Amino acid sequence: MNTTTKRLFTAACVTMVGLTTSFSSLAYNDMPGGPAVRQLNFSAPVTKIMEDIHWLHWFMMIICTVIFIAVFGAMFYSIFKHRKSKGSKPADFHESTTVEIIWTIIPLIIVIGMALPATKTVVAMKDTTNADITIKATGYQWKWGYDYIKGEGEGIAFLSTMSTPREQINNLAEKSDTYLMEVDNEVVVPVNKKIRVITTANDVIHSWTVQGFGVKQDAIPGFVRDTWFKAEKIGTYRGQCSELCGKEHAFMPIVVRVVSDEDYSAWVSSKKKEMASLADDPSKTYTLEEAKARGEKVYAANCQVCHQPNGKGGGAFPALDGSMVVNGSKEGQYKILLNGKNAMPKWSALSDTELAAVMTYTRNSWGNHTGEVIQPSDFVTARAAK
Amino acid sequence: MSNVTTHDTMHDHSHDHDHAHAMPTGWRRWLFATNHKDIGTMYLIFAMMNLFAGGTMALLIRLELFQPGLQFLRPEFFNQLTTLHGLVMVFGAIMPAFVGFANLMIPLQIGASDMAFARMNNFSFWIMPVAASLLLGSFLAPGGAAAAGWTLYAPLSVQMGPGMDMAIFAIHLMGASSIMGSINIVVTILNMRAPGMSLMKMPMFCWTWLITAYLLIAVMPVLAGAITMVLTDRHFGTSFFAAAGGGDPVMYQHIFWFFGHPEVYIMILPAFGIVSEVIPTFARKKLFGYSSMVYATSSIAILSFIVWAHHMFATGMPVTGQLFFMYATMLIAVPTGVKIFNWIATMWQGSMTFETPMLWSVGFIFVFTIGGFTGLILAMAPIDIGLQDTYYVVAHFHYVLVAGSLFAMFSGFYYWAPKWTGFMVNETRGKIHFWSSMIFFNVTFFPMHFLGLAGMPRRYADYPVQFADFNVIASIGALGFGLSQLYFLLFVALPTYRGGKKAEAQSWEGAEGLEWTVPSPAPFHTFETPPVFTK
Repeated sequence: MNTTTKRLFTAACVTMVGLTTSFSSLAYNDMPGGPAVRQLNFSAPVTKIMEDIHWLHWFMMIICTVIFIAVFGAMFYSIFKHRKSKGSKPADFHESTTVEIIWTIIPLIIVIGMALPATKTVVAMKDTTNADITIKATGYQWKWGYDYIKGEGEGIAFLSTMSTPREQINNLAEKSDTYLMEVDNEVVVPVNKKIRVITTANDVIHSWTVQGFGVKQDAIPGFVRDTWFKAEKIGTYRGQCSELCGKEHAFMPIVVRVVSDEDYSAWVSSKKKEMASLADDPSKTYTLEEAKARGEKVYAANCQVCHQPNGKGGGAFPALDGSMVVNGSKEGQYKILLNGKNAMPKWSALSDTELAAVMTYTRNSWGNHTGEVIQPSDFVTARAAK
Repeated sequence: MSNVTTHDTMHDHSHDHDHAHAMPTGWRRWLFATNHKDIGTMYLIFAMMNLFAGGTMALLIRLELFQPGLQFLRPEFFNQLTTLHGLVMVFGAIMPAFVGFANLMIPLQIGASDMAFARMNNFSFWIMPVAASLLLGSFLAPGGAAAAGWTLYAPLSVQMGPGMDMAIFAIHLMGASSIMGSINIVVTILNMRAPGMSLMKMPMFCWTWLITAYLLIAVMPVLAGAITMVLTDRHFGTSFFAAAGGGDPVMYQHIFWFFGHPEVYIMILPAFGIVSEVIPTFARKKLFGYSSMVYATSSIAILSFIVWAHHMFATGMPVTGQLFFMYATMLIAVPTGVKIFNWIATMWQGSMTFETPMLWSVGFIFVFTIGGFTGLILAMAPIDIGLQDTYYVVAHFHYVLVAGSLFAMFSGFYYWAPKWTGFMVNETRGKIHFWSSMIFFNVTFFPMHFLGLAGMPRRYADYPVQFADFNVIASIGALGFGLSQLYFLLFVALPTYRGGKKAEAQSWEGAEGLEWTVPSPAPFHTFETPPVFTK
């Protein structure tokens, strides 16, 4: 390198170190069950499978590093030794079948040696038989739904939405250590039990991931796939959707709380009671105020990421405030809610009560004043008409 | 290697004897171009413009990712940027740039007067700007550009606005252009070699392009099929990829990657060709194991057809599927290793000098190999489950596509620019460009390995605070890398076309091959009478 290059290089290094330290994330701590600050390797294993993955990764790293050093040791030796400026005269060898065969066979043996230990883990990962508990995870744009379909806790079902407030994302509030990897309803499972996770999706492909478990399984609309894990440590473990699923892709985390058997039984009974008390009576008749209050919550959880809290929408997402559909015939809005349209997904997975409430809310908020109250029974009819 | 008898170079070109082929001037020269050198130059200019368009998008992405939280871009626009960055770089920058190199160098290397189909050559180029305008113009469509990732996975791609249709038509056009370009290259290489140049005496760059051209002809129609099915699912009520109508979203991925995996070799084989030309020149020693290089390249091409589903380990394949694709993928390491060993054996006991083209080629071998190793690690299905769709994958493919394809193209530019322009490239500036690119490339992409291992998913507009530091480093590196390429354009490439040290016909001491027997710059018409090639 000449002097100009050296000076430029030094300047670049100084700037970089300076900038890096000034923006460092020292203010944050490691996330429990999630990534550590400046983490360099896989997350700590919680399952046997993840231990195997750790081992395989180190095994590969060591072999690759040894080969790398040997090959580039030879190359840099040659670069320093066989230069014209050192008086090196070119040799005239340019082929050798023996050498070619040697450096085809040896790498072949090495890759076979690499593949063998991996095979065992692949087979173990795919063995989803004899599960203690089976949970169905359904990907929605942009949240996860869970149904406990077999084993202790059968019948429990809930939606799990990211609980990080929008103010933190928009830099209006201090970010917490669990920023973007926290949810309102965590999946709860007992420790040391084989949990089979069946994945599917409602709209586009999502991917259910918890790195500490060594699990990543795409959730494919219209199909079911499965995977499993057996967590060996009590704690909370986190992951994020790992297949691009639209604009809020970064905001649908997965959080699994692993608890002792007793705690799990306690959670199951309390969750069941909670579900029973929350279950809506579909024949109830709501007043405008009741329906609006309920609808506001449904709107905040499902609608406002696209249509915005003020109902003004933006881009591909139309405004609801003053909308022809929202202020027009009820049938038109039933259809869109139940069947979707363009970027609007279908919302038929919501209950009749929720749909009626949110529809009432949109027809009586901002500049919309239809005064109409939609009842859950209206949606029973609308679904039947579909 | 060659003692060449040329009648052609003896002619005085200022009194062109062939009036039917007088050199056109003004805009007609470019719009109606049939000359392989003009078309090659246009391809390179076009690729350069796309490189900067795609690079600007990359910098916007890195700007948003500089800190956690949403600062500058909304997530929907962020997704459009990641998608278009990929499409523009793959279809607008890397592929056309290699076609440009093929146009400029293949006729000169095999002693042909031009490409076989000169008018089709014109058409295949002029389709490209139309396609690129459609692709970049899609940002202005309602709902913005396609935002489903460059892989355009259904059913997400079925949800998008008209920007997706524009992207689909743009890819159709670019595919048609690639197929025409490839047929042209195959026919030129197979029929127009100088007397005495058998296939096994042909320069490595021509060999790698011949194999690449076959790959292109085989897989571009597959991609066209996949995106046409997306188009009909979007507009004509078919359900190729919708389970409700009997389709399967995963089928899209199978079809896409049947194209997509050979595609990555389409983008790297010509790079291997360039490096195989540069290393012997500056080692002043013949390429070691020429025939094994040809066989290794062919094996890579054939294997590339049976490894596609390693991109899909997380979709939930049966255990036998995972094992087959894992083994097949790991096998590719063998012929790739052979190529690396042959290059090092070529350097071994040579008489090396390190002009800029050589620096880029040595840099290529070093950094590309890192990308090769991470590829091997990703090929292990269990490890891939941990790393699929994380920044580790982003690091891996930028090590092979930027440090691989792009670095090899820079090597090729510094090597052949004297032949194109008649001037030597300024060595000091070339070296500044090399060292700053090399350093900033690694500053940008090396930390992404750590991010991926720690679990940061790709295509995320925002990330947990624990990932902040490595993202800061990557963003700074990206800015430095971008500025290095601007430096290349303004202080290396453009000045070389304007002037500099006069280049001789034999621009490099150790260079061999027919291209060095014609004057620098190569006259408008070369090899009107085929040279006789004797070994």
